[in-house]
Amino acid sequence: MALLDVEDLSVTFQRRGQRTVHAVDGVSFSVDAGEVVALVGESGCGKSVTSLALMGLLPRRGAKVGGSANFDGTDLLAQDQRSMRDIRGRDVAMIFQDPLSSLNPVIPVGIQVTEVLVRHRGMSGDAARKEAAELLDRVGIPDPRRRLKEYPHQLSGGMRQRALIAIAVACRPRLLIADEPTTALDVTIQAQILELLKELVRDSNTALIMITHDLGVVAGMCDTINVLYAGRVVESAQRRELFAAPRHPYTVGLLRSIPRLDAGRGEKLTPIPGSVRDVLPWVEGCAFAPRCNRRIDACVGAPPAMVPTHTGHSYRCVNPVPVEEKQ
Amino acid sequence: MFRFIVRRLLLLIPTLFGLSILLFIWLHRLPGGPETAILGERGTPEMRAQIRRNLGLDEPLLIQYGRFMKRLLQFDLGTSISTKREVTTEFLQRFPGTVELTITAMVIAIGIGIPLGYLAARRNGSILDYASVGGSLLGTCIPIFFLAYVLKAIFAESLGWFPAIGRQDSSINATHPTNFFVLDGLMTREWDAAADAIWHLILPGLALASIPLAIIVRITRASVLEVLGEDFVRTAEAKGLTERVVRRRHVLRNAMLPVATSIGLLTGLLLSGAVLTETVFGFSGIGLFLYEAISNRDYPVLQGFILLIAVIFTLVNLAVDVSYSLIDPRVRVR
Repeated sequence: MALLDVEDLSVTFQRRGQRTVHAVDGVSFSVDAGEVVALVGESGCGKSVTSLALMGLLPRRGAKVGGSANFDGTDLLAQDQRSMRDIRGRDVAMIFQDPLSSLNPVIPVGIQVTEVLVRHRGMSGDAARKEAAELLDRVGIPDPRRRLKEYPHQLSGGMRQRALIAIAVACRPRLLIADEPTTALDVTIQAQILELLKELVRDSNTALIMITHDLGVVAGMCDTINVLYAGRVVESAQRRELFAAPRHPYTVGLLRSIPRLDAGRGEKLTPIPGSVRDVLPWVEGCAFAPRCNRRIDACVGAPPAMVPTHTGHSYRCVNPVPVEEKQ
Repeated sequence: MFRFIVRRLLLLIPTLFGLSILLFIWLHRLPGGPETAILGERGTPEMRAQIRRNLGLDEPLLIQYGRFMKRLLQFDLGTSISTKREVTTEFLQRFPGTVELTITAMVIAIGIGIPLGYLAARRNGSILDYASVGGSLLGTCIPIFFLAYVLKAIFAESLGWFPAIGRQDSSINATHPTNFFVLDGLMTREWDAAADAIWHLILPGLALASIPLAIIVRITRASVLEVLGEDFVRTAEAKGLTERVVRRRHVLRNAMLPVATSIGLLTGLLLSGAVLTETVFGFSGIGLFLYEAISNRDYPVLQGFILLIAVIFTLVNLAVDVSYSLIDPRVRVR
């Protein structure tokens, strides 16, 4: 049994006078302890909403969450506000995309680290400060005692993200959700942060959900990959399998749009035509059909089902890319 | 920080110098003069000229200005033409009233405005929210003298809960070492005098608070709404912090930045005197006195009071800048 089992998660946003938006539409995946699972997709595919739903951080008004998320016996989606506050930061923690705006600008970094220790580990005063300094040291921030007294704007971008990671791992959570943790950083820092995350996960046997649009990030560290499109998982596979033999045309499109060092000189990147806005509602067929170059008549009419294969690889497509074509 | 304050204080000198020149030109350009106020319509040209000569107003403007500056450097603002008392004395006697009134009004405006604005933002779209936005619009629209008269008619004249006029009941024979009546009462341990002075402050304070209150409600509401959508509030929630900590440490503190600025500006504004409120409640502060000084063309009073108000306005703004840098570490002053 996995540490986290997300079953048929759906999130709909309803605003008075506007039509209902299905941001997440029946997403299922599971994460084991020590496993790194990726949710990959373009912006707007529902990956961030998925993570906020698991954290119970969606706006209370207007968002409706369905399905279940069984976390070691408790359904995260069925908890009330109060018990979610106990779980958040202690058992499940999150790292956000933009480290500058995610830290409170008018409070020293130290307090932002210690407050979570005070809240969940019952620490106080010196003990909390000592632990905070150790945490900063562990995430690779030099001279942690001095940094604790500084404000976020006095830290570099990489330092801020390290501080946010320190906050997230402060209570040794069993599940960590990282929402585009490297998007706002420059490339060399990105690599360092990913390395740090990998290390932390390996050392503490923490499960990590990595939310990203960057297949490069995925290739470097994830065990299992779920590709999302328009609020549904369209392909799910082990990393090797997915990169070697992608079956869903959308996944293939994503892979083709990454620049490669081994590509021939002058070879152009292949973008996926259209934008995420050109979707078909899933009930009317495959949402990717309007942008798909392998579209056939069967794509429209009924929603495609997930097709499992014997290797644990599954895809939601009626006309999948043949395995040979990629070679 | 220290250098910042010193530099700002030094900047006061050229500011006041420029202001004094502008003031001098403007005042002496006003039609009529103190002689009209003293003699009325009936004075003969000879009598008028005599008075002007006595007051030194017949000399060229430049010489008058030179004389004014010379006295100013000795901290002497001259003597009022209408009351024959020193301008500094008049100021020290009246300004405390204005300060007390300003403090009362700002305590009311801040004490109600910030919590109300905060609640309106937390319950965005609720009846409370609409009521506070609508109420604050009304607050800025109602003319202050009208509100003052209504308050006086209802609470002083009909119900008799509050005194209608003055700073203290004349039957109380209190001593006034500082002219801050409330402070005087506390210092001399004349508790009834202090209580009576506070009692006299409530209605004019309420009337004067209406506009600052409306402004503070709106700014607080807008600011809290903005901060609630910030990423760091989501981070705080993701840490599982209690609602109280999220609210106080993360939301309110950040939301107070723009509110602090407007509180400073409003305080400076109220300290320059509230003519309408003081008139309705017969409250002796600088507003009423300034108003009379304008009609009497009491040049020394006008010059002296306006310069002193400018100094105070600048000091209040300096205090706001300093406090701002204390709330927001990103604005460390150098």
